[in-house]
Amino acid sequence: MEKLSFRHTTQRALAGAKAQAITGVVASGNLEVLLERALAPTECTVEIETPIRGYGEVWAAVVADFVARSQPGGLRITINDGGARPDTVSLRLLQGARLMEV
Amino acid sequence: MTLAEIIASLFPEGHSVTVAEGLVNGEGPFRGGRLAVIGIDGDTALGVDGACRLAGYVLDVVRRGGAAPILVAIDSDSQRMSRRDELLGLNEYLAHLAKTLLLADAHGHPTVGLIYGHSAAGAFIATALATRVLVGLPGANPSVMDLPSVARVTKLPLDRLEAMAKDTPVFAPGLDNMVRTGAVQAVLDPDQPLAEQIAAVIDALPADDTRDRAGRERGGRPVAEAIAAQVVREAAFG
Amino acid sequence: MSERIIDPAAKGWATSWYEASARARIDGLLDAGSFREVIGPEQRQMSPHLPLFDLPRAFDDGMIVGSGRLDGKPVLVAAQEGRFMGGAFGEVHGAKLVGLLRAALALKPDAVLILFDTGGVRLQEANAGETAIAEVMRAITKLRAAGVPVIGLIGGRAGAYGGGGLIAGTCSRLVVSEGGRISVSGPEVIETNKGAEEFDSRDRALVWRTMGGKHRRLIGGADAYADDTVAAFRQAALDQIGRAPAFDLATLEAEQARLEQRLTRFGDCRDGTEIWARLGVNDPEAVPALTTAAFDTLLASLGETTHDAR
Repeated sequence: MEKLSFRHTTQRALAGAKAQAITGVVASGNLEVLLERALAPTECTVEIETPIRGYGEVWAAVVADFVARSQPGGLRITINDGGARPDTVSLRLLQGARLMEV
Repeated sequence: MTLAEIIASLFPEGHSVTVAEGLVNGEGPFRGGRLAVIGIDGDTALGVDGACRLAGYVLDVVRRGGAAPILVAIDSDSQRMSRRDELLGLNEYLAHLAKTLLLADAHGHPTVGLIYGHSAAGAFIATALATRVLVGLPGANPSVMDLPSVARVTKLPLDRLEAMAKDTPVFAPGLDNMVRTGAVQAVLDPDQPLAEQIAAVIDALPADDTRDRAGRERGGRPVAEAIAAQVVREAAFG
Repeated sequence: MSERIIDPAAKGWATSWYEASARARIDGLLDAGSFREVIGPEQRQMSPHLPLFDLPRAFDDGMIVGSGRLDGKPVLVAAQEGRFMGGAFGEVHGAKLVGLLRAALALKPDAVLILFDTGGVRLQEANAGETAIAEVMRAITKLRAAGVPVIGLIGGRAGAYGGGGLIAGTCSRLVVSEGGRISVSGPEVIETNKGAEEFDSRDRALVWRTMGGKHRRLIGGADAYADDTVAAFRQAALDQIGRAPAFDLATLEAEQARLEQRLTRFGDCRDGTEIWARLGVNDPEAVPALTTAAFDTLLASLGETTHDAR
């Protein structure tokens, strides 16, 4: 298993007051994303555990893109990856952020 | 030990235990009362017909009343794998057999499993694992699936699985692993009279299901007991 | 006050039970906002064994347990995520269900609902999974003896296979839908062991005639047949709570008679259609394609298709 960890600073905190959310399932081509409102308002961390090694740069790019788009300040995001494609990862992250904005 | 040796060691004064088509049934004198015996011999697969007969034997014991413990002696294959068995609802027959044993145990007939040969999967769950306490004899081989089949299904090389099996008792077949998991309480001594050993097992029967505690103590299941206990503590109605 | 943390796009009355995630099923089944999860994903109580196999883990190990209300009634609920490791029983997965059943002894809910979606024992944790299944079966009978009904709901893509099928057989009542299969050995395992002549695992129609929801309902292996919607399962679960038989000698004697009679009546049948014909179905070949409404009509026309011998 490969473990990846990214830390970002955002311009603002994610809207809403939801404490946590979970979306997705650990299965082939899929992933599970747990989001927790646990950090300082402009901090965001994304930790990933994946069985597919060697795609660190792709993950970095997907995460950076998500952070820029959603500004998920305050969120600790943890991912269990089942071998998802980058577009599926992006989708789940966006779904997760939407759930947290409630 | 063969079944014949086991029965002779349990009942030195005689007994009425018979075997027909791999199904064991009967009883003998035991500590001033009787000990009922049911089971499977000859590495026989357990299908709807066998499960139905065995369940009937268990219900016979309960219906007769009294306080005879029930010994469930097992040398079985897995459940019988066939279209007919599944068509007829094998899951219900195996569950029913387990239920009769669980009912008997709750109705004054303590159940003791004795695995002396093979057993696997649905047959193992419906018989040996449905008793209040399960003991084994050396050489017994309970399994979920043999390692070569596990290798095929998981697509891992067999030698790698064999190496992993040395580090953890959680997946490979074998009596010792089932002892460490907490499913098997103890391994009896084939060179000592069985009647006394079974009597001691009955005298030490736990009131509750403590297999997960044994699994933690022996290292076979490091977290199960704590997880279950946490759910018990935290489940509540708002 | 509970946190509804599942995807809002996945819930709703008309939601397909088959397609829904375990969390979405719980959310749609129970009264809105009533679910309180125990050992939630944020606790990260994951499998200690899967990393050895380089396999990804799930935050909840594919088993979600907690309390809630069903039309105001207090219930405990367990739901398996069939898409994670085939919904199979591992150490943590099994222990959560065992704990829930033991909790029910103290809390005495109106029912425990088990939302099955499992292929059976998780091979990578075989010994732990198999022992947990036995612990679950013991806990269910103890709970039933204490007067708490245990209702099984079976309608997911993994069905209730292997040890899951045995656990289902210990429940007080079973609700099944078209997609919910119940069996011990799977089609592939039968074919591998006995050949394609015995069971062609690629013949989906054969699989459903042998192990599928309609067949199980017709032969008495399940007590209620539900449409593939969350609403239908909710209604069926509510309905079955009041019909749970006691766990006692009389019930097991009745089940013995029922199961013996089944062997006598159908023991020589080769296919589900033969069994249905003997049950009085005029056009057995048409059964698989029947809509839920048409199937309900058929059941009513057959007369006594329910029993309480379980």
